[in-house]
Formats: sequence, structure tokens, C-alpha cells
Amino acid sequence: MLDLLNNFQLNSLMFLIPSLFMFCCGVYGFLTRRNMIAMLISLELMLNSVDMNFVVFNRFLCPGEMEGMFFTLFAIAIAAAETAVAIAIIINAYRIAKDIDVKDLTKMKF
Amino acid sequence: MLGGLALCRNIKQIRAVAVAGSLVLIGMSVYLLLEYLALPALTHEHPMHFYDSWVWFESLNIHLAVGVDGVSIAMILLTSIIVFAGSFASWSINQPKAFFLWLILLSTGVYGFFISVDLFTMFMFYEVALIPMYLLIGVWGSGNKNYSAMKLTLMLMGGSAFLMLGLIGIYYNGPVVDGAHTWDITQIVNNGGVEKGWQYFLFPITFVGFGVLGAMFPFHTWSPDGHASAPTAVSMLHAGVLMKLGGYGCFRVAMYLMPEAAQELSWIFLILTGISVVYGAFSACVQTDLKYINAYSSVSHCGLVLFAVLMLNQTAMTGAVMQMLSHGLMTALFFALIGMIYGRTHTRDIREMGGMMKIMPYLAVCYVIAGFASLGLPGLSGFVAEMTIFVGSFQQGMSEFMAGAGSLKLVFTIVACCSIVITAVYILRVVGKLLLGPVQDKHHLELTDATWWERLSTVTLIISVAAIGCFPNFFADLIRETFSGEIFKAVL
Amino acid sequence: MEATLPLLILVLPLLMFLFLGLFGKYLSHKWSGIIGTLGMGVTMVIAYYTAYTYFFSGDFVDAAGNRLQYVVFDQQWLSLWGDLSINLGFLLDPISALMLVVVTTISFMVHLYSNGYMRDHHGVYETGFQRFYAFLSLFSFSMLGLVVATNIFQMYIFWELVGASSYLLIGFYYTKPSAVSASKKAFIVTRFADLGFLIGILVLSYCTETFNFMSMTSSSVGEGLYHVDVTSAEGVKTMIESRAGQMFLGGSIMTWALVLIFMGGMGKSAMMPLHIWLPDAMEGPTPVSALIHAATMVVAGVYLVARLFPLFMVNELAGGAALDIVTVVGALTAAYAAIVACTQVDIKRVLAFSTISQIAFMMVSLGVSRGDVGENLGYMASMFHLFTHAMFKALLFLGAGALIHAVSSNDYTAMHGLRKHMPITHITFLIGCLAIAGIIPFSGFFSKDEILASCFGNSMVAYVWMSLVAGLTAFYMFRLYYLIFWWKEHKVHEGHHAPKDQPWTMTLPLIILGVVAIFCGLVPFSEMVTWNGHPHHAHINWTVASVSLAVSIVAIGIATLMYRKENSLPAKMRSLFPRLWQGAHHRFYFDELYMFITHKIIFNSICKPIAWFDRHIIDGTMDAFAAITNKASYAIRGLQSGNAQSYVWVYLLGALVLGGGTVAIIFLFF
Repeated sequence: MLDLLNNFQLNSLMFLIPSLFMFCCGVYGFLTRRNMIAMLISLELMLNSVDMNFVVFNRFLCPGEMEGMFFTLFAIAIAAAETAVAIAIIINAYRIAKDIDVKDLTKMKF
Repeated sequence: MLGGLALCRNIKQIRAVAVAGSLVLIGMSVYLLLEYLALPALTHEHPMHFYDSWVWFESLNIHLAVGVDGVSIAMILLTSIIVFAGSFASWSINQPKAFFLWLILLSTGVYGFFISVDLFTMFMFYEVALIPMYLLIGVWGSGNKNYSAMKLTLMLMGGSAFLMLGLIGIYYNGPVVDGAHTWDITQIVNNGGVEKGWQYFLFPITFVGFGVLGAMFPFHTWSPDGHASAPTAVSMLHAGVLMKLGGYGCFRVAMYLMPEAAQELSWIFLILTGISVVYGAFSACVQTDLKYINAYSSVSHCGLVLFAVLMLNQTAMTGAVMQMLSHGLMTALFFALIGMIYGRTHTRDIREMGGMMKIMPYLAVCYVIAGFASLGLPGLSGFVAEMTIFVGSFQQGMSEFMAGAGSLKLVFTIVACCSIVITAVYILRVVGKLLLGPVQDKHHLELTDATWWERLSTVTLIISVAAIGCFPNFFADLIRETFSGEIFKAVL
Repeated sequence: MEATLPLLILVLPLLMFLFLGLFGKYLSHKWSGIIGTLGMGVTMVIAYYTAYTYFFSGDFVDAAGNRLQYVVFDQQWLSLWGDLSINLGFLLDPISALMLVVVTTISFMVHLYSNGYMRDHHGVYETGFQRFYAFLSLFSFSMLGLVVATNIFQMYIFWELVGASSYLLIGFYYTKPSAVSASKKAFIVTRFADLGFLIGILVLSYCTETFNFMSMTSSSVGEGLYHVDVTSAEGVKTMIESRAGQMFLGGSIMTWALVLIFMGGMGKSAMMPLHIWLPDAMEGPTPVSALIHAATMVVAGVYLVARLFPLFMVNELAGGAALDIVTVVGALTAAYAAIVACTQVDIKRVLAFSTISQIAFMMVSLGVSRGDVGENLGYMASMFHLFTHAMFKALLFLGAGALIHAVSSNDYTAMHGLRKHMPITHITFLIGCLAIAGIIPFSGFFSKDEILASCFGNSMVAYVWMSLVAGLTAFYMFRLYYLIFWWKEHKVHEGHHAPKDQPWTMTLPLIILGVVAIFCGLVPFSEMVTWNGHPHHAHINWTVASVSLAVSIVAIGIATLMYRKENSLPAKMRSLFPRLWQGAHHRFYFDELYMFITHKIIFNSICKPIAWFDRHIIDGTMDAFAAITNKASYAIRGLQSGNAQSYVWVYLLGALVLGGGTVAIIFLFF
């Protein structure tokens, strides 16, 4: 057991598999949920899993470089901004329609 | 470059400016005419006067090339007269600023089209003239205006799709001048013309493209609906000038650039236009809406224009241009009068009106004069145009018949002649029902006669119609030059 | 001769038209009447002077005594094909000089007469009085332009103009639906005929390569002078060279051209079967009927044939049938119109049918005119009859107008026994009746005798036929006369005025025309008007004359028996031939036939289906394109739902399919 622990090598798969799991959760949530907040959360899940992938690949494939890290930082910043905008839109939509179910928000369609 | 000046129009904001502008335009057109008359005759190498060319789009060799011959001058004169009359006819329109703006954009397109020598700029001006039509009908129209505006625009755009294809085809199959293909009409003609094999494909396409605007059967159905919904001045400009773009384009582009195909394929279109002459007239006989009657009558008369152009005969083609002038003026007069009557009675159904002669004698007399011009009474413009066409076509048809070259032209000339009777029928039917007879609706008795601006508008047109009718030789000489066999190779 | 005076003949009426038309409403009724009449009077004087100079100055006669054609001026108006051009000019020759006199005289009389006619009994002018004079001037201008035409296209131009002014004048009472439809009918029927005329002109000009009459039929003999001579005329030569003799549908092209042109003449001159407009045209004011539909415009067809007569002769000599067609059409029309005239109630319609019949006489006369019968006696007789007929028929119409004005009705049933109340009208009307019946020494006798003589020379059938028609003429005219002025008298109701003679403006023209109608038969016509200008002496053919006199007198006798006093003879006659009477009374159902053709066939079976076809098939196709595009876009718009979740589904599925497919392909093929 200790041996196992001593020989423990950080393996990219160890990160990638949870990341994939996270991504799939995100996709599933995005596809099945009708509540916009829930959809947003799912979207964030997908984004985060992608961010994780960036970091992992950076770390394992080209350890000396920093691009993946930076890209992740950027993505997190942008995701934050985007979430802010999305929340703002959702709140406004709620104010107008008293509802945040995407099936019901069809007023703007022709 | 005087013709170019016609383009440089500022946006007019109020009607006084619009009227002043159109007066200036008439002045310029007349000046252009006088200048032109002072110049020597056109030759094959120089089929245009006042020729000038500026590079516009280097990589595709597009120029802003302008130039005029007798036909374009006649057309410019026609346009300026109708714009002038049209400005007066829409004296009390809503939102005058926007209306006049679009109207002037439209006429800019028309002027540009008539003076362009470069195929690409010609096409561009053609589009410039078409697009404002959509807004003018859609916004200021009446009745089923959205449908009509859409239909008109889409059908004409369909036509210009053909046209675009044809023009690009001409460009790529034309001669190479100074290492590049050229859009310039005169250069194409003077350097060997369009490749012959391609002509048989390009000629029908181009002809149909322009024919749609010239209301050629069976592509005419935009005309009744479009005219019926359009506001007065737009109907005037559209029937008076825009439909002439079709006829003008047909001979200036299709037949001038592709003479061989024109000689061999003209019979197809001859049949179509021959049909549209009689067909339009028969249809007009049973319409009850004044504008529909006039629109079908336009189909018939414009059919005659294309018909005469296809005769490939100097006299008939001269007649075609005179018919364009004549039809432009008289149909503008018709639409102006219909607009004025409609503005008072709020109906255009001839079954609901009667005895207008008693109520509004001035307008009624003008209507009768317009009707007489339309059915070809000597002394008014319709007669000279029709007779020139008939004489030219008949001589052509008879010579071919005698030479054993088939009787198609002869037969269709006689068919076209029949239209003078049918025209008389529908004109007199309208005159009888609308103007004469007892007053149908007692409320109409309170209506007033024409105001001064309406009088000015109609008088301008009537004087022009009478001028062509009384002194036709001047106009015929102006036009004939273009169609001499030396310049216009398609002429037999 | 200077061009100024002849030009004035045309310009004066035109100016009058423009002046009265544009400024008439600022003038008082009285003054516009006076101005119009004076203007026409001056025109008449100038026309007389011109005609006098032409006939008697001796300048227009060649060495052999032939009268020449003189072109006063000839201005190019519109040049067409090569040398073909439309000119406007002024041609003086025997027939145009004759027509100048006829047109201006009648026109002046009518102008004068209308001053009285176009008012009611209290002297109040009709509305549109100025308009009436303007139209009259327009008509005079057009008619004068027609008669002096130097080329066939000028003739066509003015031909159309007289048609239009006739339209305007028939529809003068434009609030009356019957007048409106009558004017429309007149214009459209003549227009239909003009279609033939136009095509005829086109064919003829193709054959002769000219529009000009002089080039067609004459040879030049000096400055502006031409001699009618078919053997040396350019046009005839070209025609013979140009394969005009080639056959086409059973006739030579030449014959076709002439027949088509004659069709135009049939329309204007109301020959059967294009006569239907003329009786209806009586809806116009009576002076108009006198001027246009009796004396001048309706003889334009005869004038046209006479003008082209040399060509008809050439055609005849070449074996063509054009002249025979003229004869047959004329003869049928003459008989038809005479029979119908016997049964009409409206006095103006009787006169209208009588006009048709008399014009048909002129046509027949032209048709039977041959070189071997008294040097084309028929041509001269036709022109002679045209002249005398214009005078006496205008007289009859103006008389009828006076009657109508007096009793305010067109029907003889409202008149009866007016001879005591209206003596001047009575006498002058009687003169007119005697003249048209061909009683010696009234003018009609001389001209009709010449016609019958030339028929006699040509064929016995034509002669007998036309003599019988002449007898019928006498019968129906005297029937009319007796029914108006004799028969039983109406009682004058209390509170109504008895009908009486009209003011001097109306009676003076009657008296003048009456005098002219008596004496104008004495003009030595054969020395003045012949087809080629060669004067000859025509003698009264006493055999023919006495026969026709006898026929007329018998016919008048029968009319006297039947209609002088109220009796039952007419009713008996009617019941003897009920079918014939009914048919004639309904004008042999020509109007019904035309109504059927125009309404049922052309309107309902051509126009309406075409309009339907246009709206539903052609436009339907266009709309169908639009509809299909619309439908298609509706059908696929579900794809663009805007629902991000469904996009993702589609994306995932697509990605799976693509990825799976790629993997499968890689495994299968590599």
C-alpha cells in the first residue's frame, strides 16, 4: 500500500477522467435543465473542466511553458465576466417575464 | 460634362427646393439638347457625344463612363419633365422630406442609367432606381401596398438577377482592350463585340432581364399591382420613366452589343411582345379600377416599344423611342389625373363614379386629352409614335414576306395594328363611364376642381404631348441617327 | 396662287377652336356664337375665292383644256422610311375645290343656325354653348384639312380628327347615357374601319413607295402643277414593278390594298355592314347631324374613293375587283337603308337612313364608272350628287331641327299637320323632299339622272336596282313629309304654345339652302369636275330621266295615298308583310348582331378570359413562386428555433455521427 503510495506518479489521466466526468455532467445539465440558472451552472461546469484540461496538458506535456496556465486564468476571468452578464440578463428576463424557464421565454422570436 | 451634372443633386428638403431642382434639371436638359444639336453627327467610332470616363474600380476595370446620343437626350428630357410634373402632383404628400428624398434618389438612378456607357455603372444606377421604389410604394402607397411593393421589387430583382448574369457574361466574353476586359459599351462594339457563340446565350438573358422592367408578357404582372398601390408621383415616374429603362436597356445593351444574336433570336421575343400588345389591351377592357386599366394599357403600349425595337428596322426603332417618349408623357398624365381624382373621390372604381365632367371639368378635359393621346389621335404624341412604328414594321415585314423570308413580322404587325381599335374601346369605355353620363354619387357633387399646382402639373404634360404630336420631325431626326445601320449593326 | 389665303382656310377654324376652347368660358354666350359664325363666314369667303380662282382664272388649265392639280404648299411633317414621309399640304383640284365650297357653305349655315337652335324657347343658351362652337370649328378644320390633303397619310390624319370631333359632337349632351353610348359606338365602329384603312395605306405605300397622291396618279407638268395621268404616273409604274399584282388569298395585293382602303371609306360613309353608328349618331344636336352626319364627314368615304379613283381604274383594267366591290356594297346598302327608312318613327333616323342610302348612290356611281360610259360619267355624277346631296340633305336636317326645336320631340307622332304653324319650314322641307326624290327641276334630279345613266351604261341589273331604290327614296321622303306636315292635326293644349317658325338665325339658312337646293343642279358639273380634269359635255339622258321621273312620281303618288290623310292603308300594308315590316323596323337586327358580337363574343369570350388568365394563371404563377418560397421557409424555420439546448443536441449528435463515421471508415479501409 505504501509502495503503491511511494510509486504514486501523478498521471494525466487522473485529472482528465474527472474533468471528462465534469464536462459530461455539464453537457447533461445543459441539455436537460430548463432553468436558466441551472443551465448557467452547467455551462460553468463545462468551462471549468476545460480549464482543468488546459492546466493538466500544460503541466504534463510541456512543463517548462506557462501558456496553458495563463490561458486558464484568462478563461476564468472571462467566464466571470460572462457569468455576470448572463446573470444580469436572467434577472432582467425574470423582471419582464416573471419566469426564467427557457421554454417560456419566446417573446423575442418572430 | 453636362450630363454628369445631372447626377450632382443635393438632398432637397422642401418641395420648393424640389421644384426648383426639377426646373433646373429641365433647363439643363434643354441646354444639353441645344449643345448636342450643335455637334456633328455621330459616327460608328464615336457613337456617343460628351463621352467621358473616370476609373472607379481599378481591379475590375470598372469606369464611371458617361456619354449621350439622341436617344439618351430624349430620355433625359422626358425624365426631367416628368420629375417636374411629379413634384407638383405630390404637392400635399405626407412626410415630404423623406418622400422627395427617395424620389430624387430614384430619378438620380434614372438619369445615371440613361447617361451611362459603362455596363457596370449602368447596372448600378438601374438598381439605384429600383430600390427606392420599394420604400415609396411601401410607405406612401395605398391599398394592398405591402404585397404590391414586395411583388414589384422581387420581380424586378429577379429580372436584374438575369441581367447581372448577362452583363457579367458580356464582360468576360467581350474583347480585351489594353490587356483587360472592358465594361465600356463603345469599346466592346468597336473592338469586335461579344463572342458569337456566347451571344445566343447572353442575348435572351439580357433581353428578358430588361424585358421584365419593360413589362413584357409574361413578366408584366408586377405592373398592375405596383401601379395600383403606388402614390401618384411614383406611378408617374414608374410608368413614365422606369418602364422606359427596360426598353432602353433592351436595345442599348442586348441588341447593340449582340447584333448577330438579335437578328436570329428576335423572333421569339417578337411573338411575346406582339402578344403583350394585344393581350394588355384586351385585359384593360374589363378592368374596373382606373389604375389597373392604365397599367394594362401600359403593358400594351410598352409591348409596342419592345415590339418595334425587335423589328430591327430604323424607322420602327425610331418609332419605338418616340413611343417611349409619348407613352411616358401620356401615362404620367393619366396617373397624375387618376391620383387627383382618387384624392377627391377616394375610389378608383369606375362603377362608382360618373359624370365627372360636370363636377370637375378641368380634370375631365385633361383626362379626355390623355385618352385621345393614348388611342392615337393625330396632333398628340401617340399617333406619330404608333404610325412610325407601324410604317417601319410593315415595310420591314412586307419586304421580308416578298423576299420569301417568312411572314412572321408582317402578321404580327397587323396584329399590333389591331390594338388601335381595342385601345379605343377601353379608353372610350372609361371616358364614357367615368367622365360622361349622369353623376353616380351625390356626394361627388361637392368636390372641387383642380388646384393651381395640379393644373401646372397637367398643363406641362399636355403641352409636351402636343409638342411631340405637332412637331414630330424634330424628335424623329434626333432619334433616328442612333439607329442607322452604320452605328447600330443589328439593323437590317 | 399665293399660299397665304389657302393656308388661312385651315388656320382660321383651328384658331377659332383654340380660342373658343381655351377662352370660351370668359366670353358671353352671344359673343362666342357671333365670333364662331363670323370666323366661319370669313373662311367661307376665302374658300369661295380660292375655288373661284381655281375654276375660272385659267391658270390651272393646260393647253388641251384639262384642269390640273395644283399643290399650293406641301410641308414635310414626319419623315419615315427612306423617301416615305408624311407631309402636310394643300392640294387644289376639281374635287377638293368642290369640297371646300361644300364644307364651308354647310358649316357656315350650321354655325349661323346653331345660334338659334342651341337655345330653349325663352332664348336661354344651352350650357356648353361655347364648347359647341369650339367643336364645330375643330370639325371644320379637320374636314377642310381632309379634303385638301396632298397625300393619303394627311388624309388619314384628318380622317381621325374628324372622327374625334364627330365623337365630341355626338356626345355633346354628355349627361345623356344614350348620347354617350352613341358617340362611343360611332368612334369605335369607324375606328375599326380605320384599321382597314391604315393597313390599306401601308400596303399601298409599300406598292407605290409613296404616300403622295400626285406621285401615285399624276405626272408633273410644271411648278406645283400635275396632270392626272395613270399611264405615266410614277406610283403606278412602281406598283406594276413591285409585284403588286402578286396574288394573295384570291386577290392581287393591289386589290387588297384598295379594298382595305375602301373599308375605311365604308366606316366613315356608313356603308353596310359598318353603318350601324350613323342612325345612333343622331343623338347629337341636329345642326351637328346636318353638318357632319349628312353633308360633309359621311361623304369622306366617297371622297376617298374618288381621290384614289385613278388607282381603282388601273386595278379595274388589270382585272382587279375593287370597283365591283364598291358597286356591290353600295347597291346593297342603298336598298337596305331605303327599306329601313320606310319604317322609322324618329324623323332624324329616317333622314339618317336616307343619308346612308344616298351616299350608297354615290358609291355605286363611282363603282360603275368606266372609261367607256360617257368618259367616266359615274365619277362626275358621284361628285355632282355629293354636292347636291350636301345641300338638300343639310336643308332637310336643318328643317328637321326646326321641327324638333318647335315640338321638343324627334318623333313624327308628335308632329302631324304642322304646315300651317310653320310655313317657312314647310316650304323649305318640301323643296328638300322634291330635290331628293329627283323631281325636275330640283337639283337632285340632275345628279341622280347622271348616276342612273351611268348605271344604265354599265349594267342593266345595276340600273333597275338603283331605279327602284330611287323610287323608294321618293316614297319614304314623302311619307315623312306627309306625316309631319299633314295627317291629322294635334290639338294645341291649353297653356302650351302652338309650334311656330323659329327665329331668323334658323330660318335664314333654311331659305338660303332651299334656294340653293333648287338651282344647284344647273351647275355645269361635267365641265368642271371629271376624274382626269378633261372637261366634257354630259347631256341629260332623257330615256333614263323620264323613267326615273315616272318612278318617283308613282312613288310619291303612293305616299300621298297612304299618308296624306289619316287612313288605315299603312296598317293594312304593314299586316300584309309583317315579317318584312318588323325586320325593317328593327333595322334588320344589325344592332343586335353587333351587340352579340361585341358583348357576348369579344367582351365575354375574349376579354374576360384573358383578364382571368392574367390574374389567375400568369400572376398566379408568380404568386406561387412567392408562396412556395414562403412555405419552404416556414417548413425549415423550426431548425432555427433559437433554443441553445436543441442546437447542442444536434451538435452532439452530429459530432458523434461524424466521429463514429470517421473511426468506422478508418477501421474498414485502412
